[in-house]
Amino acid sequence: MTENYDAIIIGAGHNGLTTAAYLARAGLRVLVLERRHLVGGATVTEEIYPGFRYTVCSYVVSLLLPEVIRELELARHGLEIVPEECLLTPLPDGDRLVLWHDPDATHGEIARHSVRDAEAYRQFGHLMYHMGLAVRPIMSLAPPDPTSLSPKELGGLLKLGGHLAGLGSEQFHSLVKLMTMSVTDFLHEWFESEALIAALSAAGIIGTFMGPRSPGSAYVLLHHYIGDVDGVSQAWGFPKGGTGSVAQAIAAAATEAGAEIRVNAPVEKVLVKNGRATGVALENGEEIGSRLVASGADPKRTFLKLLDPEHLPGDFVSDIRKFNMRGSSGKVNFALSGLPDFTCLPGPGPHLRGSTSIGPSVDYLERAYDDAKYGQFSRKPWVGLVLPTMFDPTMAPPGMHVGSAFVQYAPYDLAGGWTDAQREAFGDAVVDTISAYAPNFKDLILHRQVLTPWDMEQTIGLTEGNIFHGELSLHQLFFLRPSRSWANYRTPVRNFYQCGSGAHPGGGITGAPGRLAALEILKDLRR
Amino acid sequence: MTTLKGTPFHPRTHTLCLSHEWQRWFGYLTAASYELHHEWEYHAIRGAAALIDISPLRKYRIRGPDAGKFFNRLITRDVSRLSPGRVLYTPWCDGAGKLIDDGTLQCLGPNDFRLTAADHNLNWLLENAFGMDVEVQDESNRLSALAIQGPASRAVLAQVVDDPGRLETLTYFSLGIFRIAGSEVLITRTGFTGDLGYEIWLEPPDALPVWDALVEAGEQYRLTPAGMHALGLARIEAGLILIDVDYISAHQALNETQKSSPYEIGLGWTVHLEKGNFNGRSALLAERSAPPKWRFVGLEVDWPSLEALYREAGLSPQMSPLARRKSLPLFDRNRQVGYATSSCYSPILKKYIAMGTVEAQHSRVGTGLQIETTVEHRRLQVPCRVVRTPFFDPPRKRDG
Repeated sequence: MTENYDAIIIGAGHNGLTTAAYLARAGLRVLVLERRHLVGGATVTEEIYPGFRYTVCSYVVSLLLPEVIRELELARHGLEIVPEECLLTPLPDGDRLVLWHDPDATHGEIARHSVRDAEAYRQFGHLMYHMGLAVRPIMSLAPPDPTSLSPKELGGLLKLGGHLAGLGSEQFHSLVKLMTMSVTDFLHEWFESEALIAALSAAGIIGTFMGPRSPGSAYVLLHHYIGDVDGVSQAWGFPKGGTGSVAQAIAAAATEAGAEIRVNAPVEKVLVKNGRATGVALENGEEIGSRLVASGADPKRTFLKLLDPEHLPGDFVSDIRKFNMRGSSGKVNFALSGLPDFTCLPGPGPHLRGSTSIGPSVDYLERAYDDAKYGQFSRKPWVGLVLPTMFDPTMAPPGMHVGSAFVQYAPYDLAGGWTDAQREAFGDAVVDTISAYAPNFKDLILHRQVLTPWDMEQTIGLTEGNIFHGELSLHQLFFLRPSRSWANYRTPVRNFYQCGSGAHPGGGITGAPGRLAALEILKDLRR
Repeated sequence: MTTLKGTPFHPRTHTLCLSHEWQRWFGYLTAASYELHHEWEYHAIRGAAALIDISPLRKYRIRGPDAGKFFNRLITRDVSRLSPGRVLYTPWCDGAGKLIDDGTLQCLGPNDFRLTAADHNLNWLLENAFGMDVEVQDESNRLSALAIQGPASRAVLAQVVDDPGRLETLTYFSLGIFRIAGSEVLITRTGFTGDLGYEIWLEPPDALPVWDALVEAGEQYRLTPAGMHALGLARIEAGLILIDVDYISAHQALNETQKSSPYEIGLGWTVHLEKGNFNGRSALLAERSAPPKWRFVGLEVDWPSLEALYREAGLSPQMSPLARRKSLPLFDRNRQVGYATSSCYSPILKKYIAMGTVEAQHSRVGTGLQIETTVEHRRLQVPCRVVRTPFFDPPRKRDG
């Protein structure tokens, strides 16, 4: 074995690729090793059914760091994001609530349900704008250790403290509420209309094993607003070509800077000698040496599978074992022969150029969670439906469409396990749920792909199918992500780093952990 | 998709709007100008009479035994001085004494009021109504409004109302119930132009008959429908502040510096600290003893200096015929000491006028400052001086 590389990155997810791109641009010889036949990890677009390209896992972007877009020149590398125009919530009585990109349209629409809420929504937008501004810098800050007295850590804490002290008292208190309350309770302080509270509550349960009435879920809402600094409506967007093109653009930036990417190259182990990472061993027995190794895999896979426990302190292993994964989301992708026709807004129209949230009331969402609490998938799940072909028609044959349904809840630990029959029953529940509001939906389906958390673990390698590499609960964030003392991308093994969503600031297509890991690595190398 | 709405006058206004220039106002379409140029419409306001559709304005009806108590808590002025049949102009503040909005308060009868507002306020009104015996109704979409402004407005109105004698005696900031074209309407002697003028408050089904009656009667007086461009000039000449332009509502401000107290925006005269507790009183009380850093002033630009700058470029001064709503920096010998939020060339005064916020020490009438101007892509400064507002204040506004 020879030391051929300065850095080996395990996993070509979008964060691993981001780390690779930053390191390569700093002049390091970088090798990215990917288990699958294509790059992207959970950020992939694949032609699963002939002529139809699915955004297999992740399906929209909202939090991709502007720094990453700018510094890696992603626009030049082909990234093009089309904004979503609305969030449509169909209601059981045939009515609906649409939150449009346009403030006048949104005001008129909310006012049909509650004039008060229409007014309050604007002020709520201002609050979330401020909360986004408050939290946004934390996305670009490596977590300091609050228990350390070293000058470096204190500097980071002072910076953070100064930042929070700059918030007005009203904003500071709102931040505390967002950190502690349930999303529904938080929204009840602002609004009276059930439809609006339900529409916004859905953002508090995405990817978590919490219901809208679970304390802490308000933070998840905030997490989804961070990308939305204009404060008007959630600035979500759909990347042309699907989320896979985000990974493609970052990969292109990395390759241009000289990084080498090998697919079909599963890593078996990280090689450690005298407490230092020295390279990796592939499943085919090949060993590749490197000055440092970074893992984009989730914390459990990184520390409990890719490393032999003998190289890690027992208490650290214990922390990682306790780290909550518990995938709770499923994904169903559809090839459709035409557009769904919603009872509440018949025919094609701009309401299809956004997300549709099937979750008409807080009770509906909470009941969906109740099923999951006791090991069942939700019989009436929350579904976030996006039609990627409304943004990029080339993803399906002309006149045909792709549907992407993100679904809560599908617990990883399903009672009796995820059998083929259970998976199909789950897929049927999703189809029935959508069809209840768009009756022609069933007849449009040419093909469907059902992904349970178990499937996500098998194909993508997400432990327990958690889309965020670990839940976004307060006790797993910032200086606790994924473990106290090791939240700064470093690990107990020297020259071995974490660069995936299991590190601060967590999941979503942000590029933030990947970027911060690269910056910390470069600090250690004094580059 | 939610579409923009037409007001109840839309069947008339949209056939008249030859410019096809529409603006948005709370989700309604409102004409920016009817003709291809707004000049004629402006001169109708100042020289004849203009009809201005102001239906999108927000209106709230507040009734009940605690209505007086409610308003004394809500607004900065003393409601006990407002008797039935009268209207008053007032701002209202949040708990920190920062301006939320400004509008007029109509006293329709004992314990019966209507508040007109420039922004949505239902939520704030309901919050303040908690624990009080009042009923708050949002009448915004249930009540249309039409302004008739200009020196001939009284004569035109007198042709169509059932009781012209009573109209003649309607004093400035008074109201009365009249009939026009068989419909009952409320008329207030108020407006946003600083001229003689009235505002007519009516039910949407009565909108077209009333419009038609006024247009017919107005023909011999050169009555003209006028859009927002003409109104934008008239309101600056009248020295009237505009939300989102001259100040930002405390409910919409994105940071503390965007907020203004009434003292900072030239509304100190509306703050009645001695009337008892009201929203923002303690903060405003403190501010009175420690005067604010900022003051709102009127400015007049020195025309010969402007002319000289243009002459250097081989041009005569080129002023936009529209009111400017974007801020222009104000300097005192190259140090920025404020900003003009509204400015325009006043066709009737033949002056370049502006309103803006300056550091208090530069707010005295007569103080010389410089305002930024752009001549042939070059940013320059022109002398201006602080003057009293209103810039234009004809006696007819309040006479008779």
